[in-house]
Amino acid sequence: MSDQRVLTVDNVTGHYGDSHILHGVSMHVNEGEVVTIIGRNGAGKTTLLRAIMGILTKRGGSIVVRGQETIALPPERIARLGIGYVPEERGIYATLDVTENLMLPPRVAAGGMSLDDIYKLFPNLYERRRSPGTRLSGGEQQMLAIARVLRTGAKFLLLDEPTEGLAPVIVQQIGATIELMKRQGMTLILVEQNFRFASRLADRHYVMEHGQIVDVIDRAQVQARMDSIKSYLGI
Amino acid sequence: MSMQALFGQLLVGLINGSFYAMLSLGLAIIFGLLGIVNIAQGAFYMLGGFVTWMLLNYAGIGYFWSLLLVPIIVGLIGAAIEKTLLKRIYNLDHMYGLLLTFGIMMFIQGMFVHFFATAGRPYTVPSALTGGYNLGFMFLPKYRGWVVLASLVLCLVTWYAIEKTSIGRTLRAATENPTLTRAFGVNVPALMTIGFGIGVALAGAAGVLAAPIYPVSPLMGAELIITVFAVVVVGGMGSIMGAIVTSLMLGLLEGLTKVVYPQGSNMVIFVIMLIVLLVRPAGLFGRER
Repeated sequence: MSDQRVLTVDNVTGHYGDSHILHGVSMHVNEGEVVTIIGRNGAGKTTLLRAIMGILTKRGGSIVVRGQETIALPPERIARLGIGYVPEERGIYATLDVTENLMLPPRVAAGGMSLDDIYKLFPNLYERRRSPGTRLSGGEQQMLAIARVLRTGAKFLLLDEPTEGLAPVIVQQIGATIELMKRQGMTLILVEQNFRFASRLADRHYVMEHGQIVDVIDRAQVQARMDSIKSYLGI
Repeated sequence: MSMQALFGQLLVGLINGSFYAMLSLGLAIIFGLLGIVNIAQGAFYMLGGFVTWMLLNYAGIGYFWSLLLVPIIVGLIGAAIEKTLLKRIYNLDHMYGLLLTFGIMMFIQGMFVHFFATAGRPYTVPSALTGGYNLGFMFLPKYRGWVVLASLVLCLVTWYAIEKTSIGRTLRAATENPTLTRAFGVNVPALMTIGFGIGVALAGAAGVLAAPIYPVSPLMGAELIITVFAVVVVGGMGSIMGAIVTSLMLGLLEGLTKVVYPQGSNMVIFVIMLIVLLVRPAGLFGRER
């Protein structure tokens, strides 16, 4: 694995209205790594992803994406640096059908999958290609949200709770998709409540509490540190 | 009642409906994308009529060139207003958009009243569109038929562009979820400028079509816009096809009322609005939010 930095987050602060959510977050992701952000509800994991994408408008500190400082950039410029975003609420457009949802995000880098390839990978989306996006089941919507960023050519993806509320068989399918992305050399940040799912995929885990990164656990340390992980997650 | 009178009034209704359609279509696009209720839409319609009149009288540019140039001019003025004024209030309550566009309307209208007074100015029907056809049951002036045809084509092209093209797809996405659409790399702020420009350009185009029918006056938009807002309430804000269909239906209904109960023709649309508000507050084609 090369040590080339895809993302460097340094002392990032963030607010939602009047409430202060991120209190100086620092972390980094290298090329080809899968990194998770774990922690209890309300720790600020989703807010951190929103800060990286620039859709959290009140943010401070430094966020460098592939050598470019992005803290003052609008979201559309940040996305164009080659980031794909799969939001927690999935963000499927109700006024667009499945194909239109897939075609919506502009290509941000070369080498994205074609529509045909995507439909080969997700045959059930092909079946539903003319349905409005929000008529799909939760699992299909999640597939669509992931498939949508695969078309854009983005090699650095932010996935916010991709398995939340889904049946085990769908979770497996999503896990296989993420493994495929990893084999293709993509760089991923995964926010995940389901630690068993996350631990199989990730190279490194950042633990978040009260808007700060409080611990970093490498893949090799996971077994040895299971007790502290459990206490971090409250399980 | 004679058939002549009936069809004559239905034609007037269809023409009024065409103008409602062009104005409410622009309103629907603007409201969907910017969340702004553009009270100034009537002022942009008036601007369209006046620029048409000015192009002819000051520059010798005729009707058909105006049909092309005026929507572009009005659209650019709209885009400039969006870039300098409207974009500052997007994170405030809807009420501020209403107030700001109300102020913009008063300003544009006031300027024209100041320099041109309120008297209407005639604009001659272009020679290619004078005369008419005897359809047997009624006489159809060529220009009136042209207005209905042109506005229908304009509305359907706009609808097609929004529902069936990739630009329209991006526009719909930005309307539904602007934040996420930006996070995909779409320049939504630029899209909002363009959307407002297109929305008011439609009103400008309506102004060109209106110039040979209604006298061009600084107040021509203020008279129309109140009815247009009632039409929008009936149709439901934000639905493109809903705006078009409702406009034509209500225009026809207004014409029909002129024949059967002339005293009620000015208020029939408002009565319908009242009923719709009671029964289906989101409008006939609107979605509850």
